Amino acid sequence: MAVLTFREALNQAMAEEMERDKNVFLMGQEVAQYDGAYKVSQGLLKRFGPERVVDTPISEAGFAGIGVGAAMVGLRPIIEFMTFSFSLVAIDQIVNNAANMRYMSGGQFAVPIVFRGSSGMAGCLAATHSHRLEAWYSQIPGLTVVMPSTPSDAKGLLKSCIRTDDPVVFIEHEVLYHERGEVPEGEHLVPIGKADIKRPGNDVTLITYSRSLKATLAAAEALAADGIDAEVIDLRTIRPLDLDTLLESVVKTHRAVIVEEDWPYCGLGAGISDRITQRVFDELDAPIRRVAAKDAPIPYNKALEASMLPSADRIIAAVRDVLYL
Amino acid sequence: MLHEIKLPDVGTVDPTVTVVRWLVQAGQAIERGAPLLEVETDKSIVTIEATVGGILESIEAEEGAEAATGQVVARIKVAADLGDTGTIELRAGARAETIPLLDLYERMVLIREFEEGVKFLFLEGSMPGTIHQCQGQEASAVGVCAALGPDDVITSTFRGHGHALARGLSIEELLDELFGATTGCCRGKGGSMHVGDLDKGMLPGIAIVGGGIPLAAGMALAIKLRKERHVVACFFGDGAVAEGAFHEGVNLAAIWDLPVVFVCENNLYGASTRVDMIMRVPRISARAAAYGIRGETVDGNDVLAVLEASNRAVAECRQGRGPVLLELLTYRRTGHSRRDACHYQPEKERAEWMARDPIEILARTLIDSGAAAPETLAVIKRRIQAQFQTAVEHARSRPLPSLDELATDVYAQGE
Repeated sequence: MAVLTFREALNQAMAEEMERDKNVFLMGQEVAQYDGAYKVSQGLLKRFGPERVVDTPISEAGFAGIGVGAAMVGLRPIIEFMTFSFSLVAIDQIVNNAANMRYMSGGQFAVPIVFRGSSGMAGCLAATHSHRLEAWYSQIPGLTVVMPSTPSDAKGLLKSCIRTDDPVVFIEHEVLYHERGEVPEGEHLVPIGKADIKRPGNDVTLITYSRSLKATLAAAEALAADGIDAEVIDLRTIRPLDLDTLLESVVKTHRAVIVEEDWPYCGLGAGISDRITQRVFDELDAPIRRVAAKDAPIPYNKALEASMLPSADRIIAAVRDVLYL
Repeated sequence: MLHEIKLPDVGTVDPTVTVVRWLVQAGQAIERGAPLLEVETDKSIVTIEATVGGILESIEAEEGAEAATGQVVARIKVAADLGDTGTIELRAGARAETIPLLDLYERMVLIREFEEGVKFLFLEGSMPGTIHQCQGQEASAVGVCAALGPDDVITSTFRGHGHALARGLSIEELLDELFGATTGCCRGKGGSMHVGDLDKGMLPGIAIVGGGIPLAAGMALAIKLRKERHVVACFFGDGAVAEGAFHEGVNLAAIWDLPVVFVCENNLYGASTRVDMIMRVPRISARAAAYGIRGETVDGNDVLAVLEASNRAVAECRQGRGPVLLELLTYRRTGHSRRDACHYQPEKERAEWMARDPIEILARTLIDSGAAAPETLAVIKRRIQAQFQTAVEHARSRPLPSLDELATDVYAQGE
């Protein structure tokens, strides 16, 4: 298998889908001449020309709305936000128009659009440039929310998302772009809505996604040395949630810890914990614990920012807690 | 003497990067601050500039190789005449008699030296995050702020160091903030993109493009309702005029006659995107007509022209005849951020603007009119450089916030 970086995998996914379907096009700030702020669209302008790789002004509400309009009449836009922090400027278009259109038109319109871009705490960018908005978007019926953690999933999921007929919020963690990993050759599609068991285990279920997968796997290895066998599940798709995979695991381990970079109050883990508790409360031997960011805006100072992230140590402490150790 | 070039922290989380290509070969000459190599980080591809000038003696990390933050990647032979200038003795009382023009000059040099100093701190690995710098745009910040009184307010952007220094924030409170220290203007929590000090009449930088424009109108509304005569100067770049917030903020200020000077620093590029790609009218000031307000385009590299236009606009606002839209034509001499090597600026255009340096323009005026001797100007520059170096030494040992402070200042009363 070829070893690709996360950004190369995303680039291949877009290039292959643009090759396959002439209705697919990429639009956003700096995506064409500059090759993308994070170089994800490198070479696409040269290959597909300015009509299909479109530079926009800094005008997020405008180009998100243009994307929705184009999608309603049959095009399949990929809208790149330089970061999802800037999608806050366009959130009316994403929530009110993209997510609701099919429903409120009585099924007249599909909105096959992918909003994608970087996100998350990425090194001293402070409060306005470090947002994690997965819980916000996942609350909206009508949206599909995807957050891959490996190059293989990045490629396979982005291709599936471009082909789906619903609006997708595809969130890439800013610090993962350089991650390398094996990506299957040829047509490689990963289904939307399927979690991936990254490490099977019997003692406790660790549920995570995106950048936090790394710390979670590290915690699982450290726990294994102490004889604790953790199962690690990478959600990959946040909405629709693969609840079956989660329930199957919890029924086996009877304990769960959710690891997320999101804020603790009303964060993504709160919704997931609720779903599990509603279904298999009697199976749980301990309350579900969450390891999330701390409840404050994201600070600039390096040490303060680092303290916000779910670390292996914090995950291990939570596991010991649910195991009453 | 051989100088080691160490790989700076270029705002990555993973300290390992890959060398993409060398832009200078061994044996070739390189100037301090010139592009040396490109590396691929966990986020992007970044150009690293040389921290010293000289002859590239050796390359220690080949193309395709991995390198870590702090690792020596090259050695540069520093020629004796290119070497460190060392400590400069300042003559007692060297500062000339205070004349306003010299103050403008000093303020602009302060911004330039601060930004150049910070650039090398970043390259040396002392600065985290990313930094958006304003070398070349000193005249617009200084000219506008010189027209304001102590009770007026400015709003700024992610590119706010110059506005802050022009408004009277000190080198120390700015630098300490960049080092993430509690003595910084935002106690280490705001960082480069959010600098400000309300006591000195500057809101913390609004780092989402265009986001400060409605805020400026809102503050001006409060000023008007309280029947005060203060003015808000709202800085933003050419990129912001494509945002919805620009239209909504300017229109609201216009229909309510609010005292705002909307200051568009048109440096021709919103990040990498040229201004003529994002609008069809040739002048941003022409948009004023659509809102029924006065607009004016000014040479933003001529501080005296900026000051004159700003005085006029501020006076109109104080008389209740605002808002006004000022478009200041200027040029960014550095990349959009420290990650951006600025390759999209055409060489000819760049050369023309480099020849119109705002600091040199004022220096010529001062010298030609006999208002200041060249030596006086040189002394000002050396004094500021020395002040900056002292501030850096102090900033390195300032107290950093403790983890107890992570959740302070989230609510008025705590939670």
